[in-house]
Amino acid sequence: MTFRSIKSLLVKTFSVFSLLLATQAFAGENHTPATPEAGAVAPVTAEAHGAKKEGDFNVTETILEHIKDDHSWHLWGHNSLHLPVILKTSKGFEVFSSEKLVDEHHEPVVYKGNFDYKLIEGKTKIVDAAGNVDEEASKQLWDFSITKNVASLFVSVLILLVVLLTAAAAYKKTGVKSAPKGLQSFMEPIILFVRDEVAVPNIGAKKAGKYMPFLLTIFFLILTNNFLGLIPFFPGGANVSGNIAFTMTLAVCVFIVVNLSANKSYWEHIFWMPGMHWSMKLFLAPIELIGVFTKPISLMIRLFANITAGHILVLSLICLIFIFKTVFASAIAVPFAVFIGMIELLVAFLQAFIFTMLAAMYIGMATEEHHHDAHGEAAHH
Amino acid sequence: MSFMLLEINPLVLPDIGLVFWNTVAFLLLLVVLGKFAWKPILKAINDREQGIEDALAKADKMKSELAAMQSENEALLAKAREERATLIKEAKETADKMVAEAKEKAKAQYDAIVADAQVAINQQKNAALTDVKNQVGALVIEVAEKVLHKELSNKAAQETYINELAEGVKLN
Repeated sequence: MTFRSIKSLLVKTFSVFSLLLATQAFAGENHTPATPEAGAVAPVTAEAHGAKKEGDFNVTETILEHIKDDHSWHLWGHNSLHLPVILKTSKGFEVFSSEKLVDEHHEPVVYKGNFDYKLIEGKTKIVDAAGNVDEEASKQLWDFSITKNVASLFVSVLILLVVLLTAAAAYKKTGVKSAPKGLQSFMEPIILFVRDEVAVPNIGAKKAGKYMPFLLTIFFLILTNNFLGLIPFFPGGANVSGNIAFTMTLAVCVFIVVNLSANKSYWEHIFWMPGMHWSMKLFLAPIELIGVFTKPISLMIRLFANITAGHILVLSLICLIFIFKTVFASAIAVPFAVFIGMIELLVAFLQAFIFTMLAAMYIGMATEEHHHDAHGEAAHH
Repeated sequence: MSFMLLEINPLVLPDIGLVFWNTVAFLLLLVVLGKFAWKPILKAINDREQGIEDALAKADKMKSELAAMQSENEALLAKAREERATLIKEAKETADKMVAEAKEKAKAQYDAIVADAQVAINQQKNAALTDVKNQVGALVIEVAEKVLHKELSNKAAQETYINELAEGVKLN
């Protein structure tokens, strides 16, 4: 018995240590979704709460818990930040603390507001008196809650505003004649990198300046959120850039910018490819038109998949300890998790770079001046 | 139901809340950073690059100007040297000419003085000779008178005779 408790303690110590090093906090008090099998499977919660059902550990569910969004933000120990829930229903807006949606064991409970709300698999739904989901009413429900991801996004916005406005103030203070110093000298190479390696080669020096603010904002927003996602505890720990909603929003912004800045020749190359036989033109038009949409969709999926995959990989390695139920598994799991964590640092930068690079490339393609003479001559010969 | 299909994996189902807040956050960043960060930073970087470019161009211009000035200076120096040589040459020529002229003049004067002196000497000599002749004559007469006083009574005859003799004596 003593041996068991010592072992259990060791497992806990090692897991906490390794999690702090490499991944998001294994928050024991993460709410458990009210799935039918939840009671039987009891994930990490049980393990952290005194190894009641140590044998039952659902890896997939545990990992998804950490990838997904949440209404509370784990701080330390048993303390969590309960974020506000903002709902828009047919009866108007409603704001209340997410604390009211869970009981002291972090199990979802019904909150009676304008409707009866309950978290079903992490999503707020309207339930009837019997506790069943009211699909019709839930369709009218719009959830604008400040979730963990939204709060983390606000943190990154705050960081960006403070850092970049400080850097900008330094330029105003020291003028352009003196060399950049401190924060300013740290940001300037990154800004120059975006300008000289991303914007100018793809868009061209003449037009690049117009798109620089857009590209820089995208780049720094993705970069900050990627890095914040790698921090396993409080200010980080959310998986913003690995969330499809985040990547979708940015991809849609790129889509809008690309299509608004597209010139006549871009559309001509899509709908009526110059220098081709008319049958070929008819054949190419739908393919090119699909390309208009696949470009932003590829942006959306690439960033989402890369960041999510990285998080899943690190979490999987840590979960090895719980799968093998031995502390010795950490001898392999922890170094590997640290190694993957290092690679994730590279990926965090790389994905921000690739997203911005491709956005610049699409803008470049849309604003490029084509030389129709060359096409015309080719057709004649 | 396609909606149910999406619900199977909640990872690929975007939440409207995050989409909304993300749009707000992104637009806020784009506007605020665009106005207060990117614009001044990019402007400052551009200004600095422009400044460096200008400074380099200016330095190049100065260098070429300096080179032009140097070659100009050299040309001027060469010209000055040439002028100096000409001046010296001219001065020497003038000096030579003056010396020659002076020499010539001096020689002419000397010649004139010598010629004058010769004339004067000759005159003096002639005068002296005449005087000597006359004195010798007078002496001869006196001596002859004294001698002949005893031999010749006729004074007139004696004088005629002496003059004849004297005519015969040519000193030159």
